[in-house]
Amino acid sequence: MSLLLSLLALIPPSAQEPVPVQEPTASQEQANTIAQLGQLGDQGGDLFFPLAASDAAEVHDEVYYIVFWISVFFLFLICFATIYFAFKYNRSKSLEPQKSPPHNDLIEIVWTVIPTLICVYLFWIGMVGYVDRRTPPADTYDIYVTGQKWSWTFAYPNGAISNELHAPVGRPVRLILSSKDVLHSVFIPVLRLKMDAVPGRFEEMWFEAREIGEFEMFCTEYCGTNHSAMLAKLVLETPTDHQIWVDENSDPTAGLTPVEAGNKLRTVRGCVACHNVTGAPGGIGPTWKGSFGANQVFADGSTGVVDETYIRQSILEPNAKIVEGFASPSQMPSYQGQLNDAELQGLIEYIKTLQ
Amino acid sequence: MSTHDSSSGIHYLNVDRGFWSWFWTLDHKRLGLLYMWSVISMMIVGGFFAIGLRSELFSPGADVLTADQFNHFFTLHGAIMVFLVIIPSIPAALGNFALPIMLGAKDVAFPKLNRMSYHLWVMGAILMVTSIFRGGLDTGWTFYPPYSTTTDTAVFWALGGVLALGFSSIFTGINFLSTIHKMRPPGMAFFQMPLFLWAMYATAVIQVLATPVIAIALLMLGVERGLGIGFFDPTLGGDPFLFQHLFWFYSHPAVYIMILPAMGVLSELFATFSRKHIFGYKYIAYSSIAIAMFSFVVWGHHLFVAGQSQVASVIFSAVTFSVAIPSAVKVFNWVATMYKGSVSMDTPMIFAMSVIWLFGIGGVTGLFLAMLTTDMHLHDTYFVVAHFHFVMVGSALFAFMGGIHYWWPKMFGVMYRRPPARFLAVMAFIGFNLTFMPLFLAGTQGMQRRIFDYVPRFEGYNQLATYGSYVLGIALFGTLFNLLGSLKGRRGKLDSLGEALADTTKTLLWIPRNMLATGDGVKAGLFVLLSPFLVPVMLILAVSHFASWLADAILIRPMIHVSGLIFGNGGPASPNPWGGATLEWHTPSPAPPHNFDEAPIAGDPYAMEIFRFESKEAGYVPVNPDPKDPHLAQPLS
Repeated sequence: MSLLLSLLALIPPSAQEPVPVQEPTASQEQANTIAQLGQLGDQGGDLFFPLAASDAAEVHDEVYYIVFWISVFFLFLICFATIYFAFKYNRSKSLEPQKSPPHNDLIEIVWTVIPTLICVYLFWIGMVGYVDRRTPPADTYDIYVTGQKWSWTFAYPNGAISNELHAPVGRPVRLILSSKDVLHSVFIPVLRLKMDAVPGRFEEMWFEAREIGEFEMFCTEYCGTNHSAMLAKLVLETPTDHQIWVDENSDPTAGLTPVEAGNKLRTVRGCVACHNVTGAPGGIGPTWKGSFGANQVFADGSTGVVDETYIRQSILEPNAKIVEGFASPSQMPSYQGQLNDAELQGLIEYIKTLQ
Repeated sequence: MSTHDSSSGIHYLNVDRGFWSWFWTLDHKRLGLLYMWSVISMMIVGGFFAIGLRSELFSPGADVLTADQFNHFFTLHGAIMVFLVIIPSIPAALGNFALPIMLGAKDVAFPKLNRMSYHLWVMGAILMVTSIFRGGLDTGWTFYPPYSTTTDTAVFWALGGVLALGFSSIFTGINFLSTIHKMRPPGMAFFQMPLFLWAMYATAVIQVLATPVIAIALLMLGVERGLGIGFFDPTLGGDPFLFQHLFWFYSHPAVYIMILPAMGVLSELFATFSRKHIFGYKYIAYSSIAIAMFSFVVWGHHLFVAGQSQVASVIFSAVTFSVAIPSAVKVFNWVATMYKGSVSMDTPMIFAMSVIWLFGIGGVTGLFLAMLTTDMHLHDTYFVVAHFHFVMVGSALFAFMGGIHYWWPKMFGVMYRRPPARFLAVMAFIGFNLTFMPLFLAGTQGMQRRIFDYVPRFEGYNQLATYGSYVLGIALFGTLFNLLGSLKGRRGKLDSLGEALADTTKTLLWIPRNMLATGDGVKAGLFVLLSPFLVPVMLILAVSHFASWLADAILIRPMIHVSGLIFGNGGPASPNPWGGATLEWHTPSPAPPHNFDEAPIAGDPYAMEIFRFESKEAGYVPVNPDPKDPHLAQPLS
């Protein structure tokens, strides 16, 4: 509740008002909030679409406008005829209808064949664009995208991990999608692309961007409480900038003390989506503030001290001991096999500092 | 009509009175009315959720709801509106009322099955509404696993509700199929049926063939949730796609359960209010059957971006376009019917003409979603939301309202005030467009559906939509009150509190009296054996008996009274106020208990010339006054 209240306070009622200054809260710390994405502005669009950031997106828009104008033409034709007939043959002019045939096979054939031909044409242009945009070329730059409630994690070929999607322009990029818990869906409006992330299998999508800038990425498959806050920033950058960025992030914890590493990992790995460090009540998961060393009551009625072993176990097996008052089974996916010992140690040391 | 005054004032509404006369009724007209009022009540519940959603989305951030409340609101809005409002609206309510009369029959083929179907519907509705009070429901009306198998909300209650509603729907379908096959009057071959019956026939085929699939899918979901058997959840070895395929194998045809009956109503309205034979009868009839058949092979277009193979997507896209063609043919034929007609812009026709625009938009935006390349951008955005609201609300609901305004005089023997009805119909049209037009743009701009909060660039569209939803809500309530107003002073005396309590007590003792008083040892033994179960049943019956009296006394009668004061009524209705030629206009208004005083003779259902306008009657009277043969020799050409 308080998390939501703080969201309410955080998000400006309209785009013009500045973000009010607030105590740091869980949602503010999360790198990708609606407020932050909102600052990206109107995405450079026209009436219908945001900016087209790839050639394929531009092709999509062309196809859209073809259908749009065909639709407008026929819709107005039909509606004009309806209104025209309603006035021309109004009952106020004549109580009885004029003589006219009750059917005409030629007309029926004409207005069956014409829509059929149009539909065949529309199917064709829709299919061609689709096949192109679903078939990646050889030699793509592969990024693994993992969805979990309610954050995205992006993993790059050199080992870099982030919660923003960085991609080079002018080069085919392939996203390999999966999910840790329920269905999610990657949606990038400026690329006109969308694909579901399904637990237990990999899906792929690809693009070759041409515009540099920062854009929105949304989740479009309903996934629970914070579905609308499951977003990421898409950063399209030159290949050189991208190389520099991935090199800097190739080892997210390099050169950091364990505490600093823990602090960084909780954002990169999406912990902040559910665990705050301010002690504010009402989060999806227990707050980390003051948790270390505390006596905790668990959902099954047992009690225990929050120590290193407990934290490690909770990260690797979230359902082992659930703190009383939180959803059971836990909403949290297991991090088994995804964090190494140094990273686990960093998180534990960081939590220790939050007293 | 000559039989109008000869029936000594007994009709299906006053032939019998009291709670039990409605609870155990076998009369298809009464069941139709029960469905209609139940559907309208559920529409108010679903509408409440809709207004909550729109108010929350008025501006970014949390305004009136929390994120969890919002998720419950959109789930319940969708589930109630789909399963409890749109699916039963025309088939169960108007279909039950009109279908047997249009056939010249006394009732449906299986009246008891029909009654059971309504009782199942009520049980389903109770289960669904109970889920609101048992922790709510936050799965979306689509129940996609693994979310729906892991969330801790009242999924079981809702699943049970949908199962009961599914059986109700199947039974109605079986009933209508049998009725149309076996109970057509002499002289009415399939191609002499009113087009509403063709549409109901096509709908019934879908109901009978598709609904079992969702029953199985939801049972599997329940088993997975309850017993942990992995059909769908990958952590248990299942596959989430399996559910999506099974779900849409029903739920896409279900879209045509919603829209086909609406098309049937529209065919009647365009013919009657143009006072002309419907244009291209056979093409409209065949197109209903074509839509019903195609509806079974297009479900994959819901999975274009779900990970379905490219080949499957291409095939499903191609097949999806095939549905567009019969739908377009229907629209062209309706408009052609108006050509050289005598078009009356009465209330039902305003709804019908609105649907040309609304279904036109709902239809052509479907093309964008059937096209693979545009669907990759528009899938799961507000474009889809706007598209299916144009079809389900703009077309199905507006046709439902047109149908209610069309058959209202036949239902109650009274006419509503027409000027406010027309005004409110136009207002609903404007409100609807204001609500959903901006959402197309929100969708193309990238606003994803089912979100509680959004980036500020979507705010303008949402504000317009919220204003529009208020206009639409006011217009719909106004329409309801205008209709209710016409009933003022036409209902029997209300029982006193003492009488009501005495009646309720009788209800409480009804089962034991029936089982024990017969002196039948078997029944008495059964009663003793089952008494632990019968006691709660008796209590529920007694409470609902008294509640129905109470609701009548403190809510419905005052509402009708006030509505009558505000809107007035349009006076008693003639047997044929609109000049329709189908058989329901050959019998008095309201209809006699068994529909016809004398078995009618069927002819061309669209031979409008057999009736002529008579201003003394405020309606149409047969040209040939011989009631035995109102149809001049007018074979269907």
